[in-house]
Amino acid sequence: MPQLDSTDTLESDTKKDTIVWLCVVALTAICVVLGDSLGVLYKYPDSLVIPLTGPLNQAMSWFVEVFGWFFKAIGWLFDWPILFAKTILHAIPWFATLILATFVSYRAGGVSLALFCALSILYMVTFGFWPQSMNSFALVVISIPLAVIVGFALGTWGFLSARAYRVIMPTLDLMQTVPAFAYLIPILLLFGFGSTVGLVASVLFAFPPMVRNTIVGLRGVPGTVIDSGLMSGATPVQLFWNVRVPTARRQLLLGVNQATMASLSMVIIASIIGGTNDIGWEVLSTIRKALFGESILAGVVIALMAMILDRVTNGFAMRSTTIIDDEMKKSSRLAWIICGGVFLAAIAFAQLIPLLSVWPKAWVINPAPAMNATLEWVFLEFREGLEAIKQVAFFFVMLPIKLGLKQAVSPFTWGFSMTPMVTAIYAALVLIPAAFLAYKHRILQAIRLVLLGLVLYGGLTGTAWIALCAIIVVLGWQAGGRGLAIWIVAGLAFLLVTGIWNPSTISIYLCGVAVLLSFTVGSAVGVWASENDKVAAVVRPIIDTLQTMPLFVILIPFVMVFKIGEFTALLSICTFAIVPAIRYTQHGLRNLPQDVVEAASAIGCTRAQLLFQVKLPLAVPSIMLGLNQTIMFAISMLVITALVGTDDLGQQIYIGLGDGDFGVGMIAGVGMAIIAMIADRITQSISRKMQAKLGLRQEMLA
Amino acid sequence: MSTSNSPTEAKLSCRNLWKLYGPNAASHLSDESRLPQNGGNAAELAQSIRDQGGIVASADVNFDLMPGEIFVIMGLSGSGKSTVVRCLSRLVEPTCGEILLDGQDLLKASPKELIDFRRYKMGMVFQSFGLLPHLNVFENVAFPLKLQGMEPKERTKRAERVIDLVGLEGRESSYPSQLSGGQQQRVGIARSLAVEPEVWFLDEPFSALDPLIRRQMQDEFLRLQQELHKSIVFITHDFLESLRVADRMAIMKDGAVVQIGRPVDLILNPADDYVREFTNDVPWELILTAGDIASDNTPPAGIKEVPASTKVADLLPYLAEHDAGVAVRADDGSIFHMTGQHLIAALASGVTDAAA
Ligand SMILES: Nc1ncnc2c1ncn2[C@@H]1O[C@H](COP(=O)(O)OP(=O)(O)O)[C@@H](O)[C@H]1O
Ligand SMILES: [Mg+2]
Repeated sequence: MPQLDSTDTLESDTKKDTIVWLCVVALTAICVVLGDSLGVLYKYPDSLVIPLTGPLNQAMSWFVEVFGWFFKAIGWLFDWPILFAKTILHAIPWFATLILATFVSYRAGGVSLALFCALSILYMVTFGFWPQSMNSFALVVISIPLAVIVGFALGTWGFLSARAYRVIMPTLDLMQTVPAFAYLIPILLLFGFGSTVGLVASVLFAFPPMVRNTIVGLRGVPGTVIDSGLMSGATPVQLFWNVRVPTARRQLLLGVNQATMASLSMVIIASIIGGTNDIGWEVLSTIRKALFGESILAGVVIALMAMILDRVTNGFAMRSTTIIDDEMKKSSRLAWIICGGVFLAAIAFAQLIPLLSVWPKAWVINPAPAMNATLEWVFLEFREGLEAIKQVAFFFVMLPIKLGLKQAVSPFTWGFSMTPMVTAIYAALVLIPAAFLAYKHRILQAIRLVLLGLVLYGGLTGTAWIALCAIIVVLGWQAGGRGLAIWIVAGLAFLLVTGIWNPSTISIYLCGVAVLLSFTVGSAVGVWASENDKVAAVVRPIIDTLQTMPLFVILIPFVMVFKIGEFTALLSICTFAIVPAIRYTQHGLRNLPQDVVEAASAIGCTRAQLLFQVKLPLAVPSIMLGLNQTIMFAISMLVITALVGTDDLGQQIYIGLGDGDFGVGMIAGVGMAIIAMIADRITQSISRKMQAKLGLRQEMLA
Repeated sequence: MSTSNSPTEAKLSCRNLWKLYGPNAASHLSDESRLPQNGGNAAELAQSIRDQGGIVASADVNFDLMPGEIFVIMGLSGSGKSTVVRCLSRLVEPTCGEILLDGQDLLKASPKELIDFRRYKMGMVFQSFGLLPHLNVFENVAFPLKLQGMEPKERTKRAERVIDLVGLEGRESSYPSQLSGGQQQRVGIARSLAVEPEVWFLDEPFSALDPLIRRQMQDEFLRLQQELHKSIVFITHDFLESLRVADRMAIMKDGAVVQIGRPVDLILNPADDYVREFTNDVPWELILTAGDIASDNTPPAGIKEVPASTKVADLLPYLAEHDAGVAVRADDGSIFHMTGQHLIAALASGVTDAAA
């Protein structure tokens, strides 16, 4: 009777769940009703905050004092290759660079990419961004080989040694969840101002994807290929370099692609520390001065650079598995030689025509003033409409979630206030559907609805910390068992004890609203794109481009239209976070087991039935992974939006960076990483549980 | 049929070979007195290991590979065939046992010696080909020679020769992904032959191919062997294939060898029901020769005479019409009598065995 047993435990499991959730609801209800009369249970007392900032700063200054010379020396060493790269890149006439880059693009992606590259370079030159572009590119050029070498070496080590693997993987997880800004603080303190900061940060940021791809690639070499290598009499060294590495080539090159994108993205972010005349700084300084025309023009340069670097490295990775026969090898060698010749000729030629070497200042196309004027006119013209959108979103969506209906509803915005009467109506609106669900024996859903109603009433920042913590811990406990719950308790304790609970709840709120919006819209678009090839063809290039875009650039249009503030932050986050929501939903729906879909069609499902009753339920694990990635994307963008004036953890990191305050920045950075990891583990566990239930297997999309 | 099993004669000998998987595999065999060579019972020992949660992939396997012989190992999938052949090449480390190549124990070879064995004495062909995707046909075939550090000139000569041998001339610069399955396996065969090995392992070399191609490759394999006279261990799960290529064969079940012998011995005297399951479906008349069936009687004079190697299938129409049967001349010149009645009796003995 094993089956009976298992349903028994299932039932007792749900019973246990129900009881635990009921307790949480009761606790939350008490907290909402009693409000701040709960005292320390409502607001975490300052007296219990352990002031870590001071000691951390002392430790850091001690460290800098003792070991500073070491890092300064390294920084000095790094200065040389940077200087070298910059000098070379500036010395080569832009025309010669254009020829070389166009040829490389042609090898990687054919005529269209070559054309795209040539036009992009012409844009950079004629709009007067060439020197700044080359300053940024110099850092990227130096950091990629370093990141690739470090990543490949660590990846190989992790591949060869199980013990190393167990250390490397969680470290990478941590490194990739700590926000980019937070990296900069210790680097800045250790290396001092200058280009080195950008280089070191970008290497640190770029090598983790290389490690992962190296491990995946080396592990993915088929067993028979290894066996045949061994039977060919390979020594261990020959086996590694002549069999494993070439067979894993494609994955390794994908690693190079991802490292390149990460490196560029960090080089741009690092320009925030200023003092570098690069393209990131160009965007940032013009945004700060509200010169939107200029910042758009410079932002386009970053976007173009990102797209070209992505397509070129990706093109080489994909090409590595296509076939080249001996004829093509010969002709390719010839082409490279010709290109080299033309390149040298171009350098010589540019000596004759200075225009090809340095674009004259007088000839720089500068539509920025005109753009600014137009923009201003447009905003004046549509101001009321734009303001209205912002107000509605702010008062009816954002504020209620942030402060709770309790405080957000006022006669002044909603037209009425939360009188007992209104509160009673609200309670009825929540309780009646909940009662209906309970009547239908969907107790857990009823409980969750009530909980949602309570939290919405209290608001994320207005609900007692003890209630919020209880909800998160129970959620984790349900998704991932006791281990995860303990882990979450520790994480939340860190947020409380270090005194960053308030900015943390604002982060959670901003991120939560953004995730809610982008996930709803994104998965709807994903469903649509999975059913309609034309939509898919339109959506694909858009999300591909958004994903390669350095985060800064996404801010520009929204700051321009809505000025600084939480609403701008929200829109920027949504724009970026919608990418995985669309991608995973579409991927999940399009890659279902074919036989199931066919069987359902054969039974006579209509298209709608097929979608809602067969495909969507089966795609849920993939969609859940999409939710996971949506959260991760949202958090990485959240930190960047500190630039447009949020008051969350991201802002604290930014402040820490601005003041060189290691303690403040580091604690906020770790806090952000904790929030990211908690969200990550909970959603992954839920997704895994669902997969196991459906007997499906789902790989992470790259 | 009994050939002498003296290890000095055999090219390769496999002695009391065990391979266990699972937690603390080695400890199961630490009690030497339970090993079959010390009087233990292999089947009981294997079962007791399984009962304790161990995985017995190979249990006390013994056989000799004679020079120039094709020795087939046949069994259902999971019966341990690959494990045995991978132990022979030490791609898998045997848990215990001996593997003697020209009388030298392979399991005692140092890593460096092992590499040399593989470089100069062994060749192996894999079911899923195991070609290096980034190398073209020529480079794949020349790969083992390159690892040896052979001169480019000599390397090219050798590789060209084996590429011609397997009929791939003209495809040298193609990449594996451009070839059909049959062609890919030809590359695999050429690569394993490039080093001019003395023993040649083929692990289900044709199982991934379409039946028609498989048939054609078997023919070519036999043609190659007539030219090269390698000592071959050939793995297959296809009984008919084993009948076509085998000089001798071993049937495996659950990691143990159930029976070893010539194909015809297996058909006429299957050791147990497991072996009989395979032989039942065999079109016997295709396998059996006149010599296998002929009686000891002297034939009456004046009837048709056939060589002993004539397939029974070819004689069936004649036997049906001539009750007097045929005279069968054996290789040594002696002559026997065979009638339709003898044939039926031989077949029936197989059937009654099966019924018993
Ligand atoms: N690496 C391994 N770990 C655990 N069990 C294995 C391993 N390799 C093979 N086995 C087991 O050994 C048995 C024999 O496998 P194998 O030799 O591959 O069979 P065959 O080649 O006859 O299909 C199978 O039951 C298989 O599950
Ligand atoms: Mg096998």
